[in-house]
Amino acid sequence: MAAVRKGVFDVLPKYWRKNSFIYSLPLYRSCIVLNKRFSAHFTFVPDTVPASDGETSRMNLFQSITNALDIALSSDTTAVVFGEDVAFGGVFRCTVGLQDKYGKDRVFNTPLCEQGIAGFGIGMATAGATAVAEIQFADYIFPAFDQLVNEAAKFRYRSGGMFDCGSLTVRAPCGAVGHGALYHSQSPEAFFTHCPGLKVVIPRGPIQAKGLLLSCIRDKNPCIFFEPKILYRLAVEQVPLKDYEIPLGKAEVIQEGDHVTLVGWGTQVHVLKEVCQLAQDKLNVSCELIDLVSILPWDKDTIAKSVTKTGRLLIAHEAPLTSGFGAEIAASIQNECFLHLEAPIQRVTGYDTPFPHIFEPFYIPDKWRCLEAVKKLINY
Amino acid sequence: MAICGMFRRSLLYSRRIERFLLKKIAIYPLPISYRYENTSGPAQQIPKLEETDRPVFPGSRSRWTEKLEFIQPDTYDGIPVYRVTNRDGKIINSSEDPQLDREILTKMYQGMTLLNTMDRILYESQRQGRISFYMTNYGEEGTHFGSAAALNPKDLVFGQYREAGVLMWRGFTLDQFMNQCYGNQEDFGKGRQMPVHYGSRDLNFITISSPLATQMPQAVGAAYAFKRAQNGLCVICYFGEGAASEGDAHAALNFAATLDCPVIFFCRNNGYAISTPTNEQYRGDGIASRGPSYGIASIRVDGNDTLAVYNVTKAARELCVMENKPVLIEAMTYRIGHHSTSDDSTAYRSVDEVRFWHQKDHPISRLRQYMMNHGWWDDEKEKNWKEETKKQVMQVFARAEKRKKPPIRDMLTDVYDEMPANLQEQIEELENHLQLHKDHYPVNAFIEK
Repeated sequence: MAAVRKGVFDVLPKYWRKNSFIYSLPLYRSCIVLNKRFSAHFTFVPDTVPASDGETSRMNLFQSITNALDIALSSDTTAVVFGEDVAFGGVFRCTVGLQDKYGKDRVFNTPLCEQGIAGFGIGMATAGATAVAEIQFADYIFPAFDQLVNEAAKFRYRSGGMFDCGSLTVRAPCGAVGHGALYHSQSPEAFFTHCPGLKVVIPRGPIQAKGLLLSCIRDKNPCIFFEPKILYRLAVEQVPLKDYEIPLGKAEVIQEGDHVTLVGWGTQVHVLKEVCQLAQDKLNVSCELIDLVSILPWDKDTIAKSVTKTGRLLIAHEAPLTSGFGAEIAASIQNECFLHLEAPIQRVTGYDTPFPHIFEPFYIPDKWRCLEAVKKLINY
Repeated sequence: MAICGMFRRSLLYSRRIERFLLKKIAIYPLPISYRYENTSGPAQQIPKLEETDRPVFPGSRSRWTEKLEFIQPDTYDGIPVYRVTNRDGKIINSSEDPQLDREILTKMYQGMTLLNTMDRILYESQRQGRISFYMTNYGEEGTHFGSAAALNPKDLVFGQYREAGVLMWRGFTLDQFMNQCYGNQEDFGKGRQMPVHYGSRDLNFITISSPLATQMPQAVGAAYAFKRAQNGLCVICYFGEGAASEGDAHAALNFAATLDCPVIFFCRNNGYAISTPTNEQYRGDGIASRGPSYGIASIRVDGNDTLAVYNVTKAARELCVMENKPVLIEAMTYRIGHHSTSDDSTAYRSVDEVRFWHQKDHPISRLRQYMMNHGWWDDEKEKNWKEETKKQVMQVFARAEKRKKPPIRDMLTDVYDEMPANLQEQIEELENHLQLHKDHYPVNAFIEK
């Protein structure tokens, strides 16, 4: 069938190829609450790179992921890419063309079994190969939880450094997508940040995704790379074609400000970008926006430095509030910046419920909820 | 697990694409019958015309039947147990004798008995509170030495925890065993894991971890890497029949088959998982019978017959490396010792049962008989060797016990390849705390660095 399917994609009108997953749900199209097909709860504003970065190409997030995987496969002959349905290009098109280019032994489908995928990847890495595993949705990473937490994270420590699985990277689409409901929307990063030995990384756009994914693949520790799936097609940037890496464990100050520090990651960064603008326009408040980028290990210094300056902190993430990663940031910053804080640290997050289907607009920590929190911080 | 049907469909093709696909498929006329052409197409092949009427479902190859009949699990006698010698160590069929030379057999026998002596002394030492935990290998020494001797020393080993004999065969010293159990400064694992969680980079033995069966899909991944590296090696993965009930065992067998990995799955079926007997562990014909359903060549062997284990492992290795295919070996044996020092097995099985295996069918006595039959071993040698092993083990034991523990900062190293900021902070915090409260901690047992 795969051959037939490929043909299908070739002859389809452009309109269909552009919207394979996110907007092809019949339910969504007839949705009364959200009748605009391309409505998202944020506006994506592309980043740019300096001209010194050389030639660039227009890529959306999934294409920049493919580009990173392509570079990883070509620069390391031991590297392999595997998971459910990756051979024909992946359900989100992140691996399109890679099997044709690198062969079936390097880009291949596995049986439908997440604990197997993770265990298999750990084994490959232990034997000295570079393993890039895909979990089809972050929601389905839990069957692999044991392998990732008890095995991958502890491999180096428990063997006294004799063995490690540092060349393992696990990619998984995460986050809200408009209609993903309970099992196509989750942001499970906090489950993993409680686990010493892993690295957890979430990019906010194509330029960042490419550099961070290459860093993860080449980092000497097992990395989990969560890709905000709503950005796969929506986020388009001019991405450098060269092989480049963005350091892990470093937050990025996207916009400087004086009154409030806003911290987010992934999709939420774009929500907070709009909040910065709203706060400026409506409240005359200047916000400093930080993309955390690496959730584990995380860059406490950059945030502490910012909060020392602004005296106010808002953390926003899609995952539920209780024990979400915002709690870790809040507790640590409270400890670091106690004398500088002008107001209690605010967290705007998903509610402490499973991720709902029809109620998504009310569930996500959108710009209006974040703006209210900014008001609260300012008026405290 | 991965995706509900409706959702998956919507990912790949909308209704419009489906209609298109249907049209595309409808181009092929529907013949009366088909057969699969074994081309290397990416997915299912297009069925082709053939003489006989056969089902063409992509999910299986079979024939039609008009008789309603369930496949019953007990329609056959069970997979036979391959053996080379009888319980008296006599070769049953001379064509099956591996003809191992005296030197190798002596090394095997001495290893098995040395392991047995080490087990006794370390078990006792736990009983005296000198180490925190121990697990003996009683009754399963044959599976370790028989299989290890048949492998290339560069073949990678993934174990469960009752395979110390494999390490011993490869040259892990008594000193190294003891250092690990004591977690002293010489332990490769830096004292971080419980006793018997051995590992060795030089001997290609991946460090043991407690979670059961996790090593199984890992062994498959390592085997896949070996296949790509074309290094002519295979991976062997040991596990018990209890661990085979874990989901990871299913994952491993299926991945190994579909991805054609040169891995030997070696199951030690010793009748118990702690207190759970096999009739509460599975209802099929043990573990070996599962192999064929995954498409894996499988065999069952007498685990107390070291020579049979050797033959089977040697043949399995050949199959693995020549054909890049997995093999499943189920070695039938009996766990003579308690599960661990935290277990009293008399609570769930009779002493008589244990005695039977200890006296009537023990891998060590069977190999000894074989050696004696060849005139390579005698009572005099036995007596001297017993004393020798005891002396060796006691000496090493005393040395390991005296050694200091690793530096305290090793508690926080190796979490990552480089120490992140949070751990640097925490190391500092710990050091400051210990300076203030030295008296309340056993700091003198640890070396300074």
